[in-house]
Amino acid sequence: MTTTGDSAEGATARSRPAIGEAIIGAGVLALAIVMFWQAMSIPVSPIYAKVGPTVVPMMTAAALGLLGILLLIDAWQGGWQTEEEKAVTPDRAALLWVVAGLVLNVALIGSAGFTIASTILFVCVARGFGSNNTVRDAVIGAAFALIAYFGFATTLGINIGSGLVESALERLIGVEGG
Amino acid sequence: MDAFSQLLNGFAVALTPMNLLWCLVGTTLGTAIGVLPGLGPALSIALLLPITFKVEPTAAFILFAGIYYGAMYGGSTTSILLNTPGESATIVTALEGNKMARNGRAGAALATAAIGSFVAGMIGTLGITFLAPVVVDWALRFGPADYFSLMVFAFVTVSAVLGSSAVRGLATLFFGIWLGLIGVDLQTGQARFTFGLAELLDGINVIVVAVGLFAVGETLYVASRYRLGKDEIIPVSGSLWMTSEEWRRSWKPWLRGAAIGFPIGAMPAGGAEIPTFLSYYIEKKLSTKPEEFGKGAIEGVAGPEAANNASAAGVLVPMLTLGLPTSATAAIMLSAFRATASIPGHCCCSRSRTWSGA
Repeated sequence: MTTTGDSAEGATARSRPAIGEAIIGAGVLALAIVMFWQAMSIPVSPIYAKVGPTVVPMMTAAALGLLGILLLIDAWQGGWQTEEEKAVTPDRAALLWVVAGLVLNVALIGSAGFTIASTILFVCVARGFGSNNTVRDAVIGAAFALIAYFGFATTLGINIGSGLVESALERLIGVEGG
Repeated sequence: MDAFSQLLNGFAVALTPMNLLWCLVGTTLGTAIGVLPGLGPALSIALLLPITFKVEPTAAFILFAGIYYGAMYGGSTTSILLNTPGESATIVTALEGNKMARNGRAGAALATAAIGSFVAGMIGTLGITFLAPVVVDWALRFGPADYFSLMVFAFVTVSAVLGSSAVRGLATLFFGIWLGLIGVDLQTGQARFTFGLAELLDGINVIVVAVGLFAVGETLYVASRYRLGKDEIIPVSGSLWMTSEEWRRSWKPWLRGAAIGFPIGAMPAGGAEIPTFLSYYIEKKLSTKPEEFGKGAIEGVAGPEAANNASAAGVLVPMLTLGLPTSATAAIMLSAFRATASIPGHCCCSRSRTWSGA
């Protein structure tokens, strides 16, 4: 978020097309097209003749379309990453672990409950950051998850997803969760 | 007199033991967050948003403001000792602060940052007290058209002018508008962009967006690159106390930093980064020893550190009076107060956190 990035960009502007930036540009353009298509299908009541529910969506879609094209042009001219950013090879294994944790969390939180899903997420993220001690991570993750769960349940009265572990513990200590 | 009696009333509310405790928790947490690179005040407040369901809005606001101020100060610690700014507003501090630490004056650099933050926070808070009622009077005369124009102006300047690229800034702005459009149109009751999913009819909660942006995004970024970073910790050596010469060289930059930071923070397109750069530049120009800049000049720490804390106070002015967020943190705080439907009027309670702010 520095305001001094422009000069660095100027220097890289004439290099080869950048793939990552092109994907972002294409994504924005694709989103604009989907928005147009969806905005068309919003029914407009004849009473709202001038400013109906489609006006702002249409404007936003048009703007995103234009900006998507501009981003693609930018990407074609070498993208906007600075040289040092380009030199970095992202750690793909670490990214995969974090993403896997997130996906498993979303998939499991409904059926298995908050604690189990969060512990798995914690273990996966810790693994992504280079930890090898899975048992220790699981214990720490479970402790945090239980503190969070019962913190929300007892002080705020919000149920953030109870499952097997939570209801078993609630029966054990007699706390009325959520 | 009116502003003065409101001020006293505000102190009475803020100085209750419970609120002081919230304030202490907020500033401690904020300082810790500021010290940790990758954890920013926006993310922390986003994660703490559920607290507004239970805690009364005044206490929650004091907590959030404490985190905001604390983070502004905490960021300077890593700038000085690690040469790794924890916050974007403390980048400038690293320039001179880290050099000072290498010269064995880490203690003095940390002290001038702390005292400067405190002084500027106090000045900024006084500024809120006297400026906010004026802006509110002015804002009450606004009609919908005026508000709309002000919003458009603020968002376009923040997204298009302040970043390094107008195209990318505007693309994210319109992407945000799209996220906001999802759900039932409040005017006509038509569902927009819900793709037939009932869950999307209520729209996408701003907390979800904030956590996704600041927490998940940051985690992915750090996870993919953390192995490459190399931080070198400089041990705090030398006297922790500032010498009388360092005091003499610090107090003017503090005041100037506050004078630069607060008005810029209060502008609809302000922010905390620009005042720190401005302050650094001015201190370099005004210094009697300009040759020391780049080698560890204390003015280069004192000025920008005061500027970023004063701007944090300034940012609260448009947020509390006009409902305009000019920084990511302010946007998250604003969403919290939208949720509890109590945006203006709480500004009189906001001032206590600077007491323990430094």
